[in-house]
Amino acid sequence: MTPIRSIWIRPLLGALGLIVLFGTWETSIRLGWVPSGLLPAPSSLGPAWLEEVRSGAWIQAIRDSLTHYMMGLVIGSVLGMLTGLLCGAVPLLDGLLSGVVRVLRPIPGLAWVPFAILWFGLDTAGATFVIAISVFWINFYAAYGAVQAIDPDLYEVAASFGHGGFRARLRTVIIPASAPGVLAGLRTGLGQAWMSVVAAELFGVPGIGARMMQASSLLATDLVVVYMLTMALLYALTDTAFMLVRKRLLGWQG
Amino acid sequence: MNTVVTDKAEMVASTGDVVVRLENIGLSHDHGRTFILRHVDLEIRRGEFVAVLGPSGVGKSTLLRVIMGLIRPSEGTVSLHPSPTAAHRPAAMVFQDAKLMPWRSVRRNVELGLEGLGLTRLQRHERAMAALDLVGLADMADRWPRQLSGGQRQRVGVARALTVEPDLLLMDEPFGALDAITRGALQDELLRIHARRQGTVLFVTHDLDEALVLADRIIILEGHPAGLRGDFAVGARPRDNTAPGMRAMAERMRRLIAGEEDPGADAAYWQASEI
Repeated sequence: MTPIRSIWIRPLLGALGLIVLFGTWETSIRLGWVPSGLLPAPSSLGPAWLEEVRSGAWIQAIRDSLTHYMMGLVIGSVLGMLTGLLCGAVPLLDGLLSGVVRVLRPIPGLAWVPFAILWFGLDTAGATFVIAISVFWINFYAAYGAVQAIDPDLYEVAASFGHGGFRARLRTVIIPASAPGVLAGLRTGLGQAWMSVVAAELFGVPGIGARMMQASSLLATDLVVVYMLTMALLYALTDTAFMLVRKRLLGWQG
Repeated sequence: MNTVVTDKAEMVASTGDVVVRLENIGLSHDHGRTFILRHVDLEIRRGEFVAVLGPSGVGKSTLLRVIMGLIRPSEGTVSLHPSPTAAHRPAAMVFQDAKLMPWRSVRRNVELGLEGLGLTRLQRHERAMAALDLVGLADMADRWPRQLSGGQRQRVGVARALTVEPDLLLMDEPFGALDAITRGALQDELLRIHARRQGTVLFVTHDLDEALVLADRIIILEGHPAGLRGDFAVGARPRDNTAPGMRAMAERMRRLIAGEEDPGADAAYWQASEI
Protein backbone atom coordinates (compact mmCIF):
# COMPACT_ATOMS: atom_id res chain seq x y z
CA MET A 1 0.00 0.00 0.00
CA THR A 2 1.46 3.36 -0.98
CA PRO A 3 1.58 6.10 1.67
CA ILE A 4 -0.85 8.36 -0.22
CA ARG A 5 -3.44 5.61 -0.44
CA SER A 6 -3.10 4.77 3.25
CA ILE A 7 -3.86 8.40 4.16
CA TRP A 8 -7.11 8.35 2.20
CA ILE A 9 -8.23 4.78 2.71
CA ARG A 10 -9.61 5.23 6.22
CA PRO A 11 -11.73 8.35 5.60
CA LEU A 12 -13.01 6.71 2.41
CA LEU A 13 -13.99 3.55 4.26
CA GLY A 14 -15.63 5.69 6.93
CA ALA A 15 -17.68 7.55 4.35
CA LEU A 16 -18.63 4.27 2.69
CA GLY A 17 -19.87 2.91 6.03
CA LEU A 18 -22.06 5.99 6.52
CA ILE A 19 -23.52 5.66 3.02
CA VAL A 20 -24.35 2.00 3.67
CA LEU A 21 -25.99 2.89 7.00
CA PHE A 22 -28.19 5.66 5.58
CA GLY A 23 -28.89 3.61 2.43
CA THR A 24 -30.22 0.56 4.29
CA TRP A 25 -32.11 2.85 6.65
CA GLU A 26 -33.82 4.65 3.74
CA THR A 27 -34.64 1.48 1.80
CA SER A 28 -35.96 -0.38 4.84
CA ILE A 29 -38.48 2.43 5.42
CA ARG A 30 -39.36 2.73 1.70
CA LEU A 31 -39.96 -1.01 1.49
CA GLY A 32 -42.03 -0.88 4.67
CA TRP A 33 -39.76 -3.14 6.78
CA VAL A 34 -39.84 -0.50 9.49
CA PRO A 35 -43.05 1.48 10.17
CA SER A 36 -42.37 5.12 9.32
CA GLY A 37 -43.94 6.24 12.62
CA LEU A 38 -41.14 4.60 14.58
CA LEU A 39 -38.22 5.96 12.60
CA PRO A 40 -38.05 8.93 10.21
CA ALA A 41 -36.58 8.33 6.77
CA PRO A 42 -33.21 10.03 6.14
CA SER A 43 -34.77 11.81 3.15
CA SER A 44 -37.22 13.56 5.49
CA LEU A 45 -34.44 14.98 7.64
CA GLY A 46 -33.41 17.69 5.17
CA PRO A 47 -36.79 19.38 4.97
CA ALA A 48 -37.29 19.08 8.74
CA TRP A 49 -33.90 20.69 9.32
CA LEU A 50 -34.58 23.53 6.86
CA GLU A 51 -37.86 24.33 8.54
CA GLU A 52 -36.17 24.36 11.95
CA VAL A 53 -33.45 26.67 10.64
CA ARG A 54 -36.02 29.03 9.07
CA SER A 55 -37.94 29.39 12.32
CA GLY A 56 -34.69 30.30 14.10
CA ALA A 57 -35.14 27.50 16.65
CA TRP A 58 -32.13 25.53 15.42
CA ILE A 59 -29.64 28.38 15.84
CA GLN A 60 -31.18 29.33 19.18
CA ALA A 61 -30.94 25.78 20.53
CA ILE A 62 -27.32 25.50 19.43
CA ARG A 63 -26.52 28.86 21.00
CA ASP A 64 -28.10 27.88 24.32
CA SER A 65 -26.49 24.45 24.43
CA LEU A 66 -23.10 25.78 23.39
CA THR A 67 -23.29 28.28 26.27
CA HIS A 68 -24.01 25.50 28.79
CA TYR A 69 -21.38 23.32 27.21
CA MET A 70 -18.59 25.88 27.24
CA MET A 71 -19.30 27.14 30.73
CA GLY A 72 -19.67 23.69 32.26
CA LEU A 73 -16.65 22.40 30.40
CA VAL A 74 -14.37 25.28 31.35
CA ILE A 75 -15.40 25.40 35.01
CA GLY A 76 -15.39 21.62 35.49
CA SER A 77 -12.16 21.04 33.56
CA VAL A 78 -10.17 23.83 35.21
CA LEU A 79 -11.26 22.87 38.72
CA GLY A 80 -10.79 19.15 38.07
CA MET A 81 -7.36 19.67 36.54
CA LEU A 82 -6.10 21.92 39.34
CA THR A 83 -7.41 19.66 42.10
CA GLY A 84 -5.95 16.61 40.36
CA LEU A 85 -2.55 18.25 39.84
CA LEU A 86 -2.36 19.46 43.43
CA CYS A 87 -3.51 16.12 44.89
CA GLY A 88 -0.91 14.36 42.75
CA ALA A 89 1.86 16.73 43.77
CA VAL A 90 1.08 17.34 47.45
CA PRO A 91 0.81 14.11 49.49
CA LEU A 92 -0.75 15.98 52.44
CA LEU A 93 -3.61 17.30 50.30
CA ASP A 94 -3.94 13.90 48.64
CA GLY A 95 -4.39 12.29 52.06
CA LEU A 96 -6.83 14.92 53.29
CA LEU A 97 -9.05 14.61 50.24
CA SER A 98 -8.83 10.84 49.76
CA GLY A 99 -11.96 10.22 51.86
CA VAL A 100 -13.92 13.03 50.25
CA VAL A 101 -13.00 11.75 46.79
CA ARG A 102 -14.18 8.24 47.69
CA VAL A 103 -17.57 9.49 48.78
CA LEU A 104 -18.23 11.95 45.94
CA ARG A 105 -16.56 10.17 43.06
CA PRO A 106 -19.19 7.45 42.37
CA ILE A 107 -22.05 9.98 42.25
CA PRO A 108 -22.74 10.75 38.57
CA GLY A 109 -23.32 14.32 37.43
CA LEU A 110 -26.98 13.56 36.68
CA ALA A 111 -27.67 12.55 40.27
CA TRP A 112 -27.03 16.20 41.14
CA VAL A 113 -29.95 17.39 38.97
CA PRO A 114 -32.39 17.76 41.92
CA PHE A 115 -29.90 20.00 43.70
CA ALA A 116 -29.03 21.81 40.49
CA ILE A 117 -32.69 22.75 40.09
CA LEU A 118 -33.03 23.63 43.77
CA TRP A 119 -29.88 25.75 43.96
CA PHE A 120 -29.66 27.27 40.50
CA GLY A 121 -33.09 26.79 38.92
CA LEU A 122 -33.97 25.58 35.43
CA ASP A 123 -31.57 27.89 33.67
CA THR A 124 -28.00 28.20 32.45
CA ALA A 125 -26.46 28.00 35.92
CA GLY A 126 -28.25 24.73 36.71
CA ALA A 127 -27.18 23.08 33.46
CA THR A 128 -23.64 24.40 33.84
CA PHE A 129 -23.43 22.88 37.33
CA VAL A 130 -24.44 19.39 36.15
CA ILE A 131 -22.04 19.47 33.19
CA ALA A 132 -19.19 20.83 35.34
CA ILE A 133 -19.54 17.99 37.83
CA SER A 134 -19.47 15.30 35.18
CA VAL A 135 -16.28 16.64 33.56
CA PHE A 136 -14.67 17.49 36.90
CA TRP A 137 -13.97 13.85 37.78
CA ILE A 138 -12.63 12.92 34.37
CA ASN A 139 -10.12 15.78 34.55
CA PHE A 140 -9.36 15.16 38.20
CA TYR A 141 -8.33 11.55 37.63
CA ALA A 142 -6.52 12.27 34.39
CA ALA A 143 -4.39 14.96 36.05
CA TYR A 144 -3.90 12.98 39.26
CA GLY A 145 -2.79 9.88 37.37
CA ALA A 146 -0.51 11.87 35.10
CA VAL A 147 1.32 13.42 38.06
CA GLN A 148 1.63 10.06 39.83
CA ALA A 149 3.16 8.55 36.68
CA ILE A 150 5.99 11.11 36.45
CA ASP A 151 9.45 9.53 36.58
CA PRO A 152 10.65 10.57 40.08
CA ASP A 153 14.20 10.82 38.76
CA LEU A 154 13.15 13.94 36.87
CA TYR A 155 12.58 15.73 40.18
CA GLU A 156 16.16 14.80 41.07
CA VAL A 157 17.40 16.15 37.75
CA ALA A 158 15.46 19.38 38.27
CA ALA A 159 16.79 19.77 41.82
CA SER A 160 20.38 19.12 40.66
CA PHE A 161 20.11 21.96 38.18
CA GLY A 162 18.66 24.54 40.53
CA HIS A 163 14.93 23.84 40.28
CA GLY A 164 14.37 22.44 43.75
CA GLY A 165 11.45 24.27 45.36
CA PHE A 166 7.79 23.31 44.97
CA ARG A 167 7.01 26.08 42.50
CA ALA A 168 10.14 25.35 40.46
CA ARG A 169 9.20 21.65 40.37
CA LEU A 170 5.69 22.55 39.29
CA ARG A 171 7.00 24.68 36.46
CA THR A 172 9.94 22.58 35.23
CA VAL A 173 8.59 19.05 35.81
CA ILE A 174 5.02 18.56 36.98
CA ILE A 175 3.12 20.70 34.48
CA PRO A 176 5.04 19.76 31.31
CA ALA A 177 5.36 16.07 32.27
CA SER A 178 1.66 15.68 33.05
CA ALA A 179 0.46 17.65 30.03
CA PRO A 180 -0.21 14.61 27.78
CA GLY A 181 -2.33 12.92 30.46
CA VAL A 182 -4.11 16.14 31.38
CA LEU A 183 -4.96 16.83 27.73
CA ALA A 184 -6.19 13.25 27.25
CA GLY A 185 -8.58 13.82 30.15
CA LEU A 186 -9.68 17.14 28.69
CA ARG A 187 -10.50 15.39 25.42
CA THR A 188 -12.58 12.70 27.14
CA GLY A 189 -14.38 15.48 28.98
CA LEU A 190 -15.07 17.21 25.67
CA GLY A 191 -17.25 14.25 24.65
CA GLN A 192 -18.68 13.58 28.09
CA ALA A 193 -19.81 17.21 28.36
CA TRP A 194 -22.01 16.89 25.26
CA MET A 195 -23.76 13.90 26.79
CA SER A 196 -24.32 15.86 29.96
CA VAL A 197 -25.64 18.87 28.02
CA VAL A 198 -28.51 16.85 26.61
CA ALA A 199 -29.18 15.12 29.90
CA ALA A 200 -29.20 18.41 31.82
CA GLU A 201 -31.49 20.05 29.27
CA LEU A 202 -33.95 17.16 29.15
CA PHE A 203 -35.18 18.50 32.47
CA GLY A 204 -36.31 21.70 30.84
CA VAL A 205 -33.36 24.06 30.56
CA PRO A 206 -33.67 25.53 27.04
CA GLY A 207 -31.26 24.08 24.46
CA ILE A 208 -30.81 21.09 22.16
CA GLY A 209 -31.91 18.59 24.81
CA ALA A 210 -35.09 20.54 25.63
CA ARG A 211 -35.87 20.92 21.92
CA MET A 212 -35.48 17.15 21.46
CA MET A 213 -37.83 16.57 24.36
CA GLN A 214 -40.46 18.90 22.85
CA ALA A 215 -40.09 17.24 19.45
CA SER A 216 -40.52 13.74 20.85
CA SER A 217 -43.67 14.72 22.75
CA LEU A 218 -45.07 15.88 19.37
CA LEU A 219 -43.87 12.58 17.81
CA ALA A 220 -41.66 14.65 15.46
CA THR A 221 -39.04 11.91 15.24
CA ASP A 222 -37.38 13.56 12.24
CA LEU A 223 -36.63 16.59 14.39
CA VAL A 224 -35.19 14.37 17.13
CA VAL A 225 -32.81 12.83 14.61
CA VAL A 226 -31.91 16.27 13.22
CA TYR A 227 -30.79 17.31 16.71
CA MET A 228 -28.96 14.03 17.27
CA LEU A 229 -26.95 14.70 14.12
CA THR A 230 -26.47 18.33 15.17
CA MET A 231 -24.81 17.11 18.36
CA ALA A 232 -22.62 14.69 16.45
CA LEU A 233 -21.52 17.59 14.25
CA LEU A 234 -20.83 19.89 17.20
CA TYR A 235 -18.81 17.15 18.91
CA ALA A 236 -16.79 16.50 15.77
CA LEU A 237 -16.03 20.23 15.47
CA THR A 238 -14.92 20.66 19.09
CA ASP A 239 -12.85 17.49 19.00
CA THR A 240 -11.11 18.47 15.76
CA ALA A 241 -10.36 21.95 17.10
CA PHE A 242 -8.98 20.39 20.26
CA MET A 243 -6.73 17.96 18.42
CA LEU A 244 -5.25 20.84 16.42
CA VAL A 245 -4.38 22.68 19.62
CA ARG A 246 -3.04 19.50 21.20
CA LYS A 247 -0.70 18.88 18.29
CA ARG A 248 0.82 22.31 18.76
CA LEU A 249 1.27 21.84 22.50
CA LEU A 250 2.68 18.31 22.42
CA GLY A 251 4.92 18.44 19.37
CA TRP A 252 7.63 16.67 21.37
CA GLN A 253 5.59 13.46 21.49
CA GLY A 254 5.72 13.16 17.71
CA MET B 1 37.01 -0.99 59.67
CA ASN B 2 38.28 2.52 59.04
CA THR B 3 41.59 1.63 57.54
CA VAL B 4 42.05 2.77 54.00
CA VAL B 5 44.58 1.27 51.66
CA THR B 6 46.50 4.18 50.25
CA ASP B 7 49.33 4.49 47.83
CA LYS B 8 50.27 8.03 48.68
CA ALA B 9 47.59 9.55 46.54
CA GLU B 10 48.08 12.65 48.64
CA MET B 11 51.49 13.22 47.05
CA VAL B 12 49.87 13.65 43.66
CA ALA B 13 46.89 15.49 45.03
CA SER B 14 48.58 18.01 47.28
CA THR B 15 49.37 20.25 44.35
CA GLY B 16 45.78 21.54 43.97
CA ASP B 17 43.29 23.18 46.31
CA VAL B 18 40.38 21.23 47.76
CA VAL B 19 37.11 21.31 45.82
CA VAL B 20 35.10 19.10 48.12
CA ARG B 21 35.77 17.65 51.54
CA LEU B 22 33.69 14.92 53.19
CA GLU B 23 34.13 14.52 56.89
CA ASN B 24 32.86 11.44 58.70
CA ILE B 25 29.85 11.05 56.41
CA GLY B 26 27.22 8.58 57.59
CA LEU B 27 23.80 7.87 56.16
CA SER B 28 20.99 5.96 57.83
CA HIS B 29 17.35 5.70 56.85
CA ASP B 30 16.18 4.28 60.18
CA HIS B 31 17.45 6.86 62.69
CA GLY B 32 20.83 5.26 63.19
CA ARG B 33 19.90 1.60 63.63
CA THR B 34 21.54 0.56 60.36
CA PHE B 35 23.85 2.58 58.14
CA ILE B 36 24.26 2.59 54.38
CA LEU B 37 27.41 4.70 54.52
CA ARG B 38 29.58 5.19 57.57
CA HIS B 39 32.77 7.10 58.43
CA VAL B 40 33.47 8.30 54.91
CA ASP B 41 36.29 10.85 54.74
CA LEU B 42 37.35 12.13 51.38
CA GLU B 43 39.11 15.12 49.89
CA ILE B 44 39.06 15.88 46.21
CA ARG B 45 41.35 18.51 44.75
CA ARG B 46 40.91 20.72 41.74
CA GLY B 47 41.70 19.00 38.48
CA GLU B 48 41.50 15.44 39.80
CA PHE B 49 39.64 12.71 37.93
CA VAL B 50 38.50 10.37 40.68
CA ALA B 51 36.63 7.11 40.15
CA VAL B 52 34.52 5.64 42.93
CA LEU B 53 34.66 1.90 42.42
CA GLY B 54 32.63 -0.68 44.27
CA PRO B 55 30.18 -3.55 43.86
CA SER B 56 26.67 -2.86 42.59
CA GLY B 57 24.28 -1.59 45.20
CA VAL B 58 26.99 -0.71 47.73
CA GLY B 59 25.99 2.96 47.95
CA LYS B 60 28.19 4.64 45.35
CA SER B 61 25.28 6.53 43.76
CA THR B 62 24.01 7.41 47.21
CA LEU B 63 27.38 8.91 48.10
CA LEU B 64 27.20 10.99 44.92
CA ARG B 65 23.73 12.24 45.86
CA VAL B 66 24.97 13.21 49.31
CA ILE B 67 27.75 15.27 47.70
CA MET B 68 25.26 16.79 45.23
CA GLY B 69 23.06 17.83 48.15
CA LEU B 70 20.12 15.71 47.02
CA ILE B 71 20.31 13.57 50.17
CA ARG B 72 21.13 15.02 53.58
CA PRO B 73 23.68 12.89 55.45
CA SER B 74 22.73 11.62 58.92
CA GLU B 75 26.25 12.30 60.16
CA GLY B 76 29.21 14.39 59.12
CA THR B 77 29.61 17.28 56.76
CA VAL B 78 30.10 17.89 53.08
CA SER B 79 31.90 21.10 52.27
CA LEU B 80 32.09 22.29 48.71
CA HIS B 81 34.54 25.06 47.94
CA PRO B 82 33.29 26.64 44.74
CA SER B 83 35.34 29.12 42.77
CA PRO B 84 34.08 32.72 42.88
CA THR B 85 33.20 32.71 39.15
CA ALA B 86 29.82 34.23 38.30
CA ALA B 87 26.99 32.36 36.55
CA HIS B 88 28.11 28.84 37.34
CA ARG B 89 27.02 26.04 39.67
CA PRO B 90 29.35 24.43 42.24
CA ALA B 91 28.36 20.90 41.26
CA ALA B 92 26.54 19.25 38.38
CA MET B 93 25.55 15.68 37.76
CA VAL B 94 25.38 13.32 34.82
CA PHE B 95 22.74 10.68 35.49
CA GLN B 96 22.72 7.00 34.69
CA ASP B 97 20.16 7.07 31.85
CA ALA B 98 20.73 10.69 30.82
CA LYS B 99 17.28 11.56 32.19
CA LEU B 100 16.53 14.26 29.66
CA MET B 101 13.20 16.02 29.81
CA PRO B 102 11.31 14.65 26.79
CA TRP B 103 9.24 17.82 26.34
CA ARG B 104 12.30 20.03 25.91
CA SER B 105 14.36 20.21 22.74
CA VAL B 106 17.98 19.10 23.02
CA ARG B 107 19.14 22.70 23.38
CA ARG B 108 16.50 23.54 25.99
CA ASN B 109 17.54 20.44 27.95
CA VAL B 110 21.09 21.72 28.06
CA GLU B 111 19.81 25.13 29.17
CA LEU B 112 18.06 23.63 32.21
CA GLY B 113 20.85 24.42 34.66
CA LEU B 114 21.49 27.85 33.13
CA GLU B 115 18.02 29.05 34.04
CA GLY B 116 18.13 30.96 37.29
CA LEU B 117 21.77 32.00 36.91
CA GLY B 118 20.88 35.53 35.84
CA LEU B 119 21.78 35.00 32.20
CA THR B 120 19.91 36.52 29.28
CA ARG B 121 18.14 34.25 26.85
CA LEU B 122 20.85 34.86 24.28
CA GLN B 123 23.65 34.05 26.75
CA ARG B 124 21.90 30.81 27.72
CA HIS B 125 21.50 29.93 24.09
CA GLU B 126 25.18 30.59 23.35
CA ARG B 127 26.46 28.61 26.31
CA ALA B 128 24.19 25.67 25.54
CA MET B 129 25.33 25.65 21.93
CA ALA B 130 28.99 25.78 23.00
CA ALA B 131 28.44 22.76 25.27
CA LEU B 132 26.62 20.86 22.52
CA ASP B 133 29.48 21.68 20.19
CA LEU B 134 31.90 20.25 22.74
CA VAL B 135 30.10 16.88 22.71
CA GLY B 136 29.65 17.00 18.92
CA LEU B 137 25.88 17.45 18.86
CA ALA B 138 25.51 21.08 17.81
CA ASP B 139 23.52 20.04 14.73
CA MET B 140 21.02 18.15 16.91
CA ALA B 141 20.10 21.21 19.00
CA ASP B 142 16.53 21.44 17.72
CA ARG B 143 15.73 17.72 17.90
CA TRP B 144 13.60 16.08 20.56
CA PRO B 145 15.29 13.64 22.96
CA ARG B 146 13.25 10.71 21.55
CA GLN B 147 14.92 11.29 18.18
CA LEU B 148 18.40 10.60 19.61
CA SER B 149 20.23 7.34 20.21
CA GLY B 150 21.18 6.27 23.74
CA GLY B 151 24.75 7.45 23.26
CA GLN B 152 23.62 10.81 21.89
CA ARG B 153 21.23 11.28 24.81
CA GLN B 154 24.04 10.66 27.24
CA ARG B 155 26.21 13.20 25.40
CA VAL B 156 23.42 15.72 25.90
CA GLY B 157 23.44 14.77 29.59
CA VAL B 158 27.17 15.54 29.68
CA ALA B 159 26.64 18.86 27.86
CA ARG B 160 23.85 19.79 30.29
CA ALA B 161 26.26 19.30 33.20
CA LEU B 162 29.28 20.95 31.56
CA THR B 163 27.45 24.09 30.50
CA VAL B 164 26.98 25.23 34.11
CA GLU B 165 30.81 25.13 34.42
CA PRO B 166 30.73 23.13 37.65
CA ASP B 167 33.69 23.04 40.03
CA LEU B 168 32.82 19.40 40.55
CA LEU B 169 31.36 17.17 37.86
CA LEU B 170 29.58 14.16 39.35
CA MET B 171 28.96 11.22 37.03
CA ASP B 172 26.74 8.34 38.12
CA GLU B 173 27.64 5.30 35.98
CA PRO B 174 26.87 7.46 32.96
CA PHE B 175 27.93 4.91 30.34
CA GLY B 176 26.68 1.78 32.10
CA ALA B 177 23.62 1.31 29.91
CA LEU B 178 25.42 1.75 26.58
CA ASP B 179 26.82 -0.86 24.23
CA ALA B 180 30.58 -1.50 24.40
CA ILE B 181 31.48 0.47 21.25
CA THR B 182 29.48 3.55 22.22
CA ARG B 183 30.83 3.33 25.75
CA GLY B 184 34.40 3.28 24.49
CA ALA B 185 33.77 6.28 22.25
CA LEU B 186 32.22 8.26 25.08
CA GLN B 187 35.06 7.36 27.44
CA ASP B 188 37.57 8.70 24.91
CA GLU B 189 35.51 11.82 24.47
CA LEU B 190 35.23 12.38 28.21
CA LEU B 191 39.02 12.14 28.54
CA ARG B 192 39.48 14.59 25.68
CA ILE B 193 37.06 17.07 27.29
CA HIS B 194 38.69 16.59 30.69
CA ALA B 195 42.14 17.24 29.27
CA ARG B 196 40.84 20.42 27.70
CA ARG B 197 38.91 22.01 30.55
CA GLN B 198 40.94 20.63 33.49
CA GLY B 199 37.84 20.26 35.64
CA THR B 200 37.33 18.05 38.64
CA VAL B 201 35.43 14.81 38.10
CA LEU B 202 34.00 12.22 40.46
CA PHE B 203 32.96 9.22 38.42
CA VAL B 204 30.99 6.31 39.87
CA THR B 205 31.38 2.90 38.26
CA HIS B 206 31.33 -0.79 39.16
CA ASP B 207 33.59 -1.55 36.23
CA LEU B 208 37.26 -1.82 37.19
CA ASP B 209 38.43 -1.50 33.57
CA GLU B 210 36.43 1.67 33.08
CA ALA B 211 37.92 3.17 36.25
CA LEU B 212 41.43 2.26 35.06
CA VAL B 213 40.86 3.85 31.66
CA LEU B 214 39.42 7.09 32.98
CA ALA B 215 40.67 7.97 36.43
CA ASP B 216 43.86 9.38 37.90
CA ARG B 217 42.78 8.20 41.30
CA ILE B 218 40.53 5.31 42.27
CA ILE B 219 38.62 5.04 45.52
CA ILE B 220 37.16 1.73 46.64
CA LEU B 221 33.78 1.76 48.38
CA GLU B 222 32.79 -1.54 49.95
CA GLY B 223 31.08 -3.17 52.93
CA HIS B 224 27.94 -2.90 55.05
CA PRO B 225 27.80 -0.10 55.95
CA ALA B 226 29.92 1.01 53.03
CA GLY B 227 33.15 2.87 53.67
CA LEU B 228 36.34 3.73 51.81
CA ARG B 229 38.52 0.64 51.58
CA GLY B 230 41.20 1.89 49.23
CA ASP B 231 42.61 5.00 47.63
CA PHE B 232 44.91 4.46 44.66
CA ALA B 233 46.84 6.89 42.49
CA VAL B 234 46.80 5.32 39.05
CA GLY B 235 49.66 7.31 37.59
CA ALA B 236 50.36 9.56 34.67
CA ARG B 237 49.22 9.18 31.07
CA PRO B 238 49.85 7.61 28.69
CA ARG B 239 49.65 4.56 30.87
CA ASP B 240 50.04 0.91 30.15
CA ASN B 241 47.32 -1.06 31.85
CA THR B 242 49.15 -4.29 30.99
CA ALA B 243 52.34 -3.34 32.88
CA PRO B 244 53.03 -5.70 35.80
CA GLY B 245 52.67 -2.92 38.40
CA MET B 246 49.29 -1.88 37.01
CA ARG B 247 48.08 -5.45 36.83
CA ALA B 248 49.08 -6.11 40.41
CA MET B 249 47.32 -2.94 41.54
CA ALA B 250 44.21 -3.87 39.57
CA GLU B 251 44.21 -7.28 41.21
CA ARG B 252 44.51 -5.60 44.60
CA MET B 253 41.48 -3.41 43.78
CA ARG B 254 39.50 -6.39 42.57
CA ARG B 255 40.12 -8.20 45.85
CA LEU B 256 39.09 -5.13 47.85
CA ILE B 257 35.87 -4.72 45.87
CA ALA B 258 35.04 -8.39 46.31
CA GLY B 259 35.62 -8.00 50.04
CA GLU B 260 38.28 -10.74 49.88
CA GLU B 261 40.89 -8.59 51.53
CA ASP B 262 40.80 -6.76 54.80
CA PRO B 263 42.56 -3.48 54.11
CA GLY B 264 43.75 -3.34 57.72
CA ALA B 265 45.53 -6.70 57.57
CA ASP B 266 48.21 -5.65 55.15
CA ALA B 267 50.49 -2.80 56.08
CA ALA B 268 52.44 -2.76 52.81
CA TYR B 269 51.15 0.16 50.78
CA TRP B 270 51.53 0.42 47.08
CA GLN B 271 54.27 2.75 46.07
CA ALA B 272 53.76 5.13 43.21
CA SER B 273 57.25 4.21 41.95
CA GLU B 274 56.20 0.60 41.36
CA ILE B 275 53.74 1.52 38.67
